[in-house]
Amino acid sequence: MDILPKWAEVILIPVVSLILSFVISAIVIIAIGEDPIAALALMIDGALGSTYGWGYTLYYATNFIFTGLAVSVAFHAKMFNIGGEGQATLGGLGVALMCLHFNWPHWSLALLGASLGGLVFGAFWALVPAYLQAKRGSHIVITTIMFNFIAASLLNYLLVNIFRPDGSMDPATKKFPEATHLPTLHDVLGSFGIPFSKAAPANICFFVAICSCFLVWVLIWRTRLGYEIRAFGHSESAAKYGGISTHKIILLSMVLSGGLAGMMAINNVMGEAERLVMNSVEGAGFIGIAVALMGRSHPIGVFLAAVLFGFLYQGGAELALWTSIPRELIIVIQALVILFTGALDNLVRMPLEKLFLNFKLRNL
Amino acid sequence: MDFFTLLQILDSSVRLATPLIFAALAGLFSERAGIFDIGLEGKMLASAFLAAALAYTSGSVWIGLIAGTIASLLFSGIHGVASITFRGNQLISGVAINFLASGLTVLVAQHWFSQGGRTPSLSGAARFNPIELPWAESFKDLPFFGPVYYELISGHTILVYVALILVPLSWWVLFRTTFGLRLRAVGENPAAVDTAGISVARTRYLAIIICGLLCGFSGAYLATGLSAGFIKDMSAGRGYIALAALIFAKWRPWYILLACLLFGFLEAISNRYQNIDIFHITVPVQLMQALPYILTVVILAGFIGKAIPPKAGGEPYIKER
Repeated sequence: MDILPKWAEVILIPVVSLILSFVISAIVIIAIGEDPIAALALMIDGALGSTYGWGYTLYYATNFIFTGLAVSVAFHAKMFNIGGEGQATLGGLGVALMCLHFNWPHWSLALLGASLGGLVFGAFWALVPAYLQAKRGSHIVITTIMFNFIAASLLNYLLVNIFRPDGSMDPATKKFPEATHLPTLHDVLGSFGIPFSKAAPANICFFVAICSCFLVWVLIWRTRLGYEIRAFGHSESAAKYGGISTHKIILLSMVLSGGLAGMMAINNVMGEAERLVMNSVEGAGFIGIAVALMGRSHPIGVFLAAVLFGFLYQGGAELALWTSIPRELIIVIQALVILFTGALDNLVRMPLEKLFLNFKLRNL
Repeated sequence: MDFFTLLQILDSSVRLATPLIFAALAGLFSERAGIFDIGLEGKMLASAFLAAALAYTSGSVWIGLIAGTIASLLFSGIHGVASITFRGNQLISGVAINFLASGLTVLVAQHWFSQGGRTPSLSGAARFNPIELPWAESFKDLPFFGPVYYELISGHTILVYVALILVPLSWWVLFRTTFGLRLRAVGENPAAVDTAGISVARTRYLAIIICGLLCGFSGAYLATGLSAGFIKDMSAGRGYIALAALIFAKWRPWYILLACLLFGFLEAISNRYQNIDIFHITVPVQLMQALPYILTVVILAGFIGKAIPPKAGGEPYIKER
């Protein structure tokens, strides 16, 4: 049945798709009169050439791991959660409430509390669309898109009218208390005697993200719920016949997905900004789509893809700083990755399948 | 609120509804043919940029309109190839198109004009200017009808009237022509259309071309009619509001007009007032901005009637062997 061997499915197709999107990106760079090789060298140097660069790369990667896992979990249930942006926005609200309203004795407890806050708020923002999908049949994609906009308006209202400290013009909460400030990679690695840039925002949440990858792997491939989610994703009718409650799977997979997206806020809101600002997510919810597609919805793939996108983000910022290539180049690359690994999957798959089939027939 | 203020708000509602009408009708043709399109936003943005850029360099808004439409058609083409020829996921393709447009427009704008991702501002013949309908000036002093005709009906750009005419035209094409019947059939039951010897792929491509054309008008109006030039991400979610209007209208042309006018009205009000007092309850401006999305969710949830999308929507058609 399977024409392609597993390694081709898991490695060859994503890599070919990635190369295609990079080639087109290079053509775009040439078209705007710049040198793609020099641009790549500058990106590598800026993002990976120093611990400062690594610090930003890993910081962005942490965000993308959470949102990528979020999209992946929903993908396993054949649902397209396009609402990571809104869920992460709400997660930020949960994290901010936790940090501001309790007197945390130590950052580790604050991190636990904030994680819970982000998780619950993000999960809630996914629960409503999931409920509407399960019970009323409203299309999850459309409702989650709508919920992104509703989240933005809600946060705008809360920041302007409620959370803004008196006398401040800036629509943001006040700074979180000292006890909630998370150790950066500089602090963590420093205690092992490894020197790391002090200025970069990468923090302990990177390790939380890695743990989440592992937990998601356990959940999807080693638990009964994970089995049910995958079964539902492969065939809704077969899952139903096997006694799996479709409502339960839709609700649980979306709640998990939203919770993971909401967890992102411990990194960007608590770890980096240390207060809640407008548009704190900065599109990371959408990058999760590209990350999940490229990583084939597997935690290891998601991790690698997230680091790649972290590199692109930091490298893109360096490019914008030193050349006349705007930061938007990264959005183009991101779009091409989504296009080739997601929508144009068959463009790569069909010729490869033909190739492998010919090869197999010749061997017979 | 006096009569004159109301007229002004309604006037700007019509102007703000215009890009929504074009884009929602675009989505109507695409989705009725079974191709989900969440890339309306991207096509609108691509068209807005190229329309403004070429209107500026050529000095003619008509050249801008053609260029914008071509940009939108190209993006439609990508969507068509991905979702019809390669049977890819239409939603993912739509997301990719939105990002591609958002990034490419700024990249090219910066390369061409070096003004931080915008085009120089347009004036004179490089913009769509208001046209005055006959006798608007002489009717002006008539009671009630005069100001309504002068303020509200007259004095829009040509594209506003085109959008309004397109509503009945779309209805006629979709529900009174053979082509419309086939298009709708392809969206409901493509296998039946295929059995009748009509190419599903060809019909869907035609629908997508119409969609690109209309999105092109929408974007061109945005950059050369509503505003005077392109700025980064200027569509600002309008493609999604159009999508919301399409669902709110349950995929029917006349209701699309009403939904777009309603959403245009909400935008006009939130542009004009910061907070609104209704029966002593202060409605924050953010609620007005979120209302189109909230209403769409309510409609989708089936609390006010049921919005049932075309049956074969989102499904690539695979011929039986």
